[in-house]
Amino acid sequence: MISATLDRTRAPGLTARRSALVAAALVAIGVLSLFGGARYGLMLAIGLGFGIALEGLRFGFAGPWRAMILRREPAGILAQLLSIALVSIVAIPLLSSHPGELTGAQAPIGWAMVGGAFVFGAAMQVVLGCGSGTLVNAGSGNPIGLLALPFFAIGSFAGAYGLIWWTGLGALPILRLSGWGGLGVTLVLLGITAAVFYRLGAPEARRLPRRYVIAALVLALLAIANLMVAGQPWGVVYGLGLWVAKGAQGLGMDLSGSAFWTAPGSVTRLHESLLTDYTSLTDLGLIAGAFGVASWRRGGLAQPLPRYPARAWVATIVAGFLLGYSSRLAFGCNVGAFFSGISTGSLHGWVWFAAAFAGAALGIRLRPHLGLEAAK
Amino acid sequence: MTRALTASVALAALLLLVALDLTGAPLNPYRAPPVFAFGSGVAAAGGFCAALPN
Repeated sequence: MISATLDRTRAPGLTARRSALVAAALVAIGVLSLFGGARYGLMLAIGLGFGIALEGLRFGFAGPWRAMILRREPAGILAQLLSIALVSIVAIPLLSSHPGELTGAQAPIGWAMVGGAFVFGAAMQVVLGCGSGTLVNAGSGNPIGLLALPFFAIGSFAGAYGLIWWTGLGALPILRLSGWGGLGVTLVLLGITAAVFYRLGAPEARRLPRRYVIAALVLALLAIANLMVAGQPWGVVYGLGLWVAKGAQGLGMDLSGSAFWTAPGSVTRLHESLLTDYTSLTDLGLIAGAFGVASWRRGGLAQPLPRYPARAWVATIVAGFLLGYSSRLAFGCNVGAFFSGISTGSLHGWVWFAAAFAGAALGIRLRPHLGLEAAK
Repeated sequence: MTRALTASVALAALLLLVALDLTGAPLNPYRAPPVFAFGSGVAAAGGFCAALPN
């Protein structure tokens, strides 16, 4: 009786808050479309969609990998593979029919790339947040995600700073699967991978919950929209590094020692607004979208902040930096390399997946010793 | 303390980042690209994590 009365008295406040959230999103998209251009407004909307989908459906990358490694629950990874397959069905043929206009997440396989992916996999299990996950966690008020994010961005800037040197340690030419044949090979590889995870899963966990199927479909639609609007796939870490590079430049830091940040394309973007950079727009949308969902939920932000020992906070800072640095060497994170790489036919996405999954197994072992959960 | 504090910090940092950026690099709607890259005939030129610098 009392709680029902309280709910009724709270309802107007909740409705007002939800209305304000919708209005704020529409105004931000509208203002950016008007003053920057409709493409940028659309990209912000797509980014908000990613944030809303990931937080609203409680879907991600680090958690499902952990569930598979620790509890042999394959559902999350199967949903990721389903989403990648759906995107590839559209993306790989389109990349062949519209070269130049559309570009894939295609990068060379190399020593630094493999090592970077391994470190990224470990670090993402330490903070339980991948590229997209760290942004979503920060937006929804997770203090680990919030602390990791600025160091993730600094790491991304630093990794890009020395990327050319690292790539010079040895790399193959870019290997890509293209056209209808490439799509066929990609789908077969995805099917085999899904079958392996299904078989490795615990018998009672071999199912795909409806929530995960919806998440896979929504992410696929948003990723395809990202490609059609921006001309490039969904990515995360480039934008974070650009934020720090612009800040460093603004503070007078000399970037002339970096082949990456002095390349003509980088120089152009350093002098333009972040609101015209596609990965920055989807990154901003991820954070804001997750904030919106957490605020939308009744009591979504009322959860008390957890207490961690000092070493956990230090580990978060270090892991955050490593997430950024390693993902630049690896030519992407779980989004740019794994999701977008495989779905646009880049073989580096497959190598990234194998290396990062091995790293994740190590990260899961490290996490309890770093004070981020009860030690076993 | 609850997540309301940390989520608010995240949102405030995001707004500060955008505000600082706009003071140094204002938007120009007259240089806006076509709405969709697909079908535009214009080469994609955005920065991306998988791409080496151009």
